[in-house]
Amino acid sequence: MTATATPDTIDAGLPAGWEMVIGLEVHAELATATKMFSPAPNRFGGDPNTNVHPVCLGLPGTLPVVNGKAIELAIRIGLALNCTVQRCVFARKNYFYPDMPKDYQISQYEEALNVDGHLELPSGPVIGIERAHLEEDTGKSTHMGVSGRIHDAGYSLVDYNRAGVPLIEIVSRPDLRTPDQAREYVDELRSILVTIGASDGKMEEGSLRVDANVSVRPVGATELRTRCEIKNVNSLRSVGRAILYEARRHVTLYEAGERPIQETRHWDEEAGRTRAGRSKEEAEDYRYFPDPDLVPVDPSPEWIDEIRATLPPLPSQRRHALMDRGAPAAGAAIAVSRDLDGLALAAIEAGADAERVITHVANNLAVDRAESLSPAHFADLIRMESAGELTATQAKQVLADMVATGRPPGDIAAEKGFQAMDSSELETLVNGIIDANLDEWGRFCAGDDKARGKLQGFFTGQVMKATKGQADGKAVNALLMARLARDTA
Amino acid sequence: MAPEPDDPVLTRQDVAKVAKLALLDLSDEELDRFTPQLAAVLEHARDLQSFDLTGVPPTHHPFPLVNVFRPDEVELADDVREEALAAAPAVEDHQFRVPPVLGESA
Repeated sequence: MTATATPDTIDAGLPAGWEMVIGLEVHAELATATKMFSPAPNRFGGDPNTNVHPVCLGLPGTLPVVNGKAIELAIRIGLALNCTVQRCVFARKNYFYPDMPKDYQISQYEEALNVDGHLELPSGPVIGIERAHLEEDTGKSTHMGVSGRIHDAGYSLVDYNRAGVPLIEIVSRPDLRTPDQAREYVDELRSILVTIGASDGKMEEGSLRVDANVSVRPVGATELRTRCEIKNVNSLRSVGRAILYEARRHVTLYEAGERPIQETRHWDEEAGRTRAGRSKEEAEDYRYFPDPDLVPVDPSPEWIDEIRATLPPLPSQRRHALMDRGAPAAGAAIAVSRDLDGLALAAIEAGADAERVITHVANNLAVDRAESLSPAHFADLIRMESAGELTATQAKQVLADMVATGRPPGDIAAEKGFQAMDSSELETLVNGIIDANLDEWGRFCAGDDKARGKLQGFFTGQVMKATKGQADGKAVNALLMARLARDTA
Repeated sequence: MAPEPDDPVLTRQDVAKVAKLALLDLSDEELDRFTPQLAAVLEHARDLQSFDLTGVPPTHHPFPLVNVFRPDEVELADDVREEALAAAPAVEDHQFRVPPVLGESA
């Protein structure tokens, strides 16, 4: 076990011969004005117990009534996830916990609103969605220790502002294989929920929460082994870290001749590990039964079609629109995530080279300023770059001015005196710099990849200095490599 | 799947487990008394299970109603919080104060 988790990338590293099997349960709070079964406001924060109503406090004699808007948003989610939307019933999930004042949570069990869907990751794999059902959120309890120790006696304070907020629980099939895929799945799901207006998707406010079911198996095996459910995974970063930790724990157990037991575990972000839950086995026996206070929901085909007609283009459709016109998949994903795919698409339609368009959109455009950019001017810039009238560096500078001033690229380039350096002129310059720095060049030729990378930066820097940044970096590298091949032949 | 007619429909251990899940503290004498009573109810269900109900949808509700919804409009009664807190055995900072919860951390 040598790989370590970092914020941006996670080494999928399990010991050779093992693979992870991951399924995610994502809970998202729906963007309604009121709660699932009561007219109390659904809003984050607020003074404790101010967003409450007798129904969400579970007071005797109160009866729940379904929020029609929550059903509509849940159907939107089902359609966006390619699910079958069907007749369903609400069920009571029975357990005792002070954050659930009725002593049961209204959820859906055997018959869920949305079943059998799928979601396509930006990197390609299609992940099955088993179901997406409706339920109500719980209140929030805060433990107050008397001595400052974590598990001492003390007491808890309960705030019911969140109790009864409409939740959708989206359950994936165990189709994910790496922590990076799991993060990608959560990110894509969040992006879908936000795009269709169903949830604000804010993990930091708890609007979107993730539980991960993790098991491992030998590569090539098809069976599902004992899984553990990891709770309390509250950021994209911890999704990846928690899964990797848990999968390695399983492998270690198997390799020692032991096996994991099926249990709920909690992710401890600070310690970077999962811990067994302390709740007893019986507490998991929820004795579901249909809630007699609520009648079934049976959306008509006409209503479903009406909702379908109001869905905006989804992130995957927007990515494919770009990819169908020659954009690389990874760049298309960035363009969509930055909400600049409309601009990119317009520029490509106006005749600009798709790859160059995506490069600028992904790297060189500030999202908040990009709307002032005319797609036609943007396409003109790409044409100039493609024709070799501007280097990549020059194009980037012109683009920055275009965004700031709204002027066409030709005017700006002319004013700056930009013209691409002739390739033979550049070669002469590069050779001159090598000859003036023969020590460095010798080490460049002899060095390993790391030393070479550093010295390549040195030579490119010298060329940029000599040309005031106007040389094309790619062309410089190509010239350095060509000379290297000659000198070491 | 229908149970075999000779299986005990409910054991004393089953009743003890259900009581525990419902946070009911039953004495040995009560377990002895309630087990046959509850078993009689389940015997009736066993009769129903002898019918072949393939293709018959479950009745979730006695009323033939579906899609009973309310509009997504806020209604707030101002005094709900104070009234509810006034009825609670213990209160602190406008929150309900309860005994510590199993498995909860600070």
